[in-house]
Amino acid sequence: MFDLAKETNAWACYDCGKCTGTCPIARAGASYSPRRHVLAANKGDGSKVVPDDSLSACLTCSLCDQRCPAEVGYTDLVMRLREVAHGEGHEPECPHGGALQSVMRMMAKGGTTQNRLGWLTDDLNTDRERGGVFYWTGCAMYYDAFFPEFESKSLDGVKAAIKLLNTLNVKPVVSPDERCCGHDLLWNGDRKNFELLAEHNVNLVKESGASVLVTSCAECLRTWKVDYEPLLAGMDLRVCHLTEYLADNLDILSFSANGRRRVTFQDPCRLGRHLGIYDAPRQMLEAVPGIDFEEMGRKGPGAMCCAGGTWSNCDRFAKTMQVDRLREARATGAEVLVTACPKCQIHFRCAMNDPNLGDEITIEMRDIAEVLVDGLAD
Amino acid sequence: MTPTEKGKASATRGKGSAAAKKKKPAGKTSKAAVKPKASPKPEAKKATTKKTVPKTTAKKAAEKKIAAKVAVKPKAAWEPQIIVFACNWCSYAGADTAGVSRIQHQPNFRMIRVMCSGRIQPAFVLRAFEKGADGVLVSGCHFGDCHYIFGNERAVEQFDKTKNMCKLIGIEEGRIRLEWISAAEGARFASVINEFTDQVRALGPIPFSRSQPIEQTEDVA
Repeated sequence: MFDLAKETNAWACYDCGKCTGTCPIARAGASYSPRRHVLAANKGDGSKVVPDDSLSACLTCSLCDQRCPAEVGYTDLVMRLREVAHGEGHEPECPHGGALQSVMRMMAKGGTTQNRLGWLTDDLNTDRERGGVFYWTGCAMYYDAFFPEFESKSLDGVKAAIKLLNTLNVKPVVSPDERCCGHDLLWNGDRKNFELLAEHNVNLVKESGASVLVTSCAECLRTWKVDYEPLLAGMDLRVCHLTEYLADNLDILSFSANGRRRVTFQDPCRLGRHLGIYDAPRQMLEAVPGIDFEEMGRKGPGAMCCAGGTWSNCDRFAKTMQVDRLREARATGAEVLVTACPKCQIHFRCAMNDPNLGDEITIEMRDIAEVLVDGLAD
Repeated sequence: MTPTEKGKASATRGKGSAAAKKKKPAGKTSKAAVKPKASPKPEAKKATTKKTVPKTTAKKAAEKKIAAKVAVKPKAAWEPQIIVFACNWCSYAGADTAGVSRIQHQPNFRMIRVMCSGRIQPAFVLRAFEKGADGVLVSGCHFGDCHYIFGNERAVEQFDKTKNMCKLIGIEEGRIRLEWISAAEGARFASVINEFTDQVRALGPIPFSRSQPIEQTEDVA
């Protein structure tokens, strides 16, 4: 427990309480306090922290990390504490009954042949095995099967991303053997299954011979860049977000007006605060003529989370946050709320179904790849 | 999963007698009348014949023999493990009817009673597969008969989602089924169970299962 406090810099905490003051769920009314966990970890009081239900309430949005004057790595601390909790048999109360976690654990065990590429149409130029660029699709098809009410919006983003890569004359590898990156299992404390998935996935990419891995999912990106890092040693693999890859090749791409005028951007926590990628998506949006990019009040490092990062919690406080954020997006006068993470879309779309608020918070949502592909000049 | 314990307890009630002496129409082995867990007699013979095989190197083989005796108990041939979700008002009562009418059916399932089939969300079914169930049967009242008016319509929506998820993961379609069984349809319950069990048996064990078919357990020894 003390090692844990040391490695996450929790020792440095000087009890100012800024984390609890910043925490979006605490502000939404939950009786949740990051400071309590930091102090308990410092006291070596693991047994008290671990069964604490509120540990799974943390969104791991990293906003407190940003604001902490002592640079305590609270997000890392939560990840580690959850591992301890999982080891002691405490499982988070997963929303959706833990269905998605079950799917991930089944993928970790393996043994079946997934049918994950049913959506792949002939106009998308991809390779199933080998190539220089690996496009990591993530679990978009599972989300679409599980949330039919959102009309397969996650896959629309994936298809658009592949089209964008094709316009750069890239024939990406889209593998039928890809498995979940394990992000959610890791953040639920299940490191054992995460490692099984990680090993499989790293080998898969190794065998494809790719030197670049592109993904349009912010969470997959964080997992590949940060959590898979020890496994990638000795591999010459660049991991980047779709917008980063496109921004590097901006001179080859040409956009024309796509009819969209005012858009705003929701920074996914994983892309923004976890990895510090703020500019690439904005640069890409502004590259489309006619688009008038408007920032929301809380943007960049201070952006509000969609309140559902790891399928580990959803409650009325999460809903409060989502409604709040959607109001903020509406206040910019934007027609479209653009994001770069399928989960942000799912959670905001869910919040928009609120029968009491109706039109007050409804706004069109798109993945950034969809907006860009609309604007491709022929 | 809290409902499991409940289901196990309730599954033995009523149907135990029917299960204990059923005769199986198309099984590979002939001793399925005994509970799948404990059937040492026919297997003991098989295990001893098998153990004579690694006799070539003297000492090591002897050691191995002892190890095998300790580690690998003679195991029954693989039998499917099926989870049946049954609604309180129709299907569970239907199973009860089958039991009290002494209708014979295969005993390879555990029943989990829920108040309404509309309660059975994808997570329940997926969790069952994750934990090693070879098949999952969801059952409820016929349309128009639902105790809660439209619960079984919800069940259909949820089941469609489940089916799509299973298809993506690669779980064969034959491993899940949705059936409407009323309280009076004891014979139908038995025939659905028999049919479904045969279907799952033909598909073999699910890869996530901990119970492996007999060939594999013997390889370990």
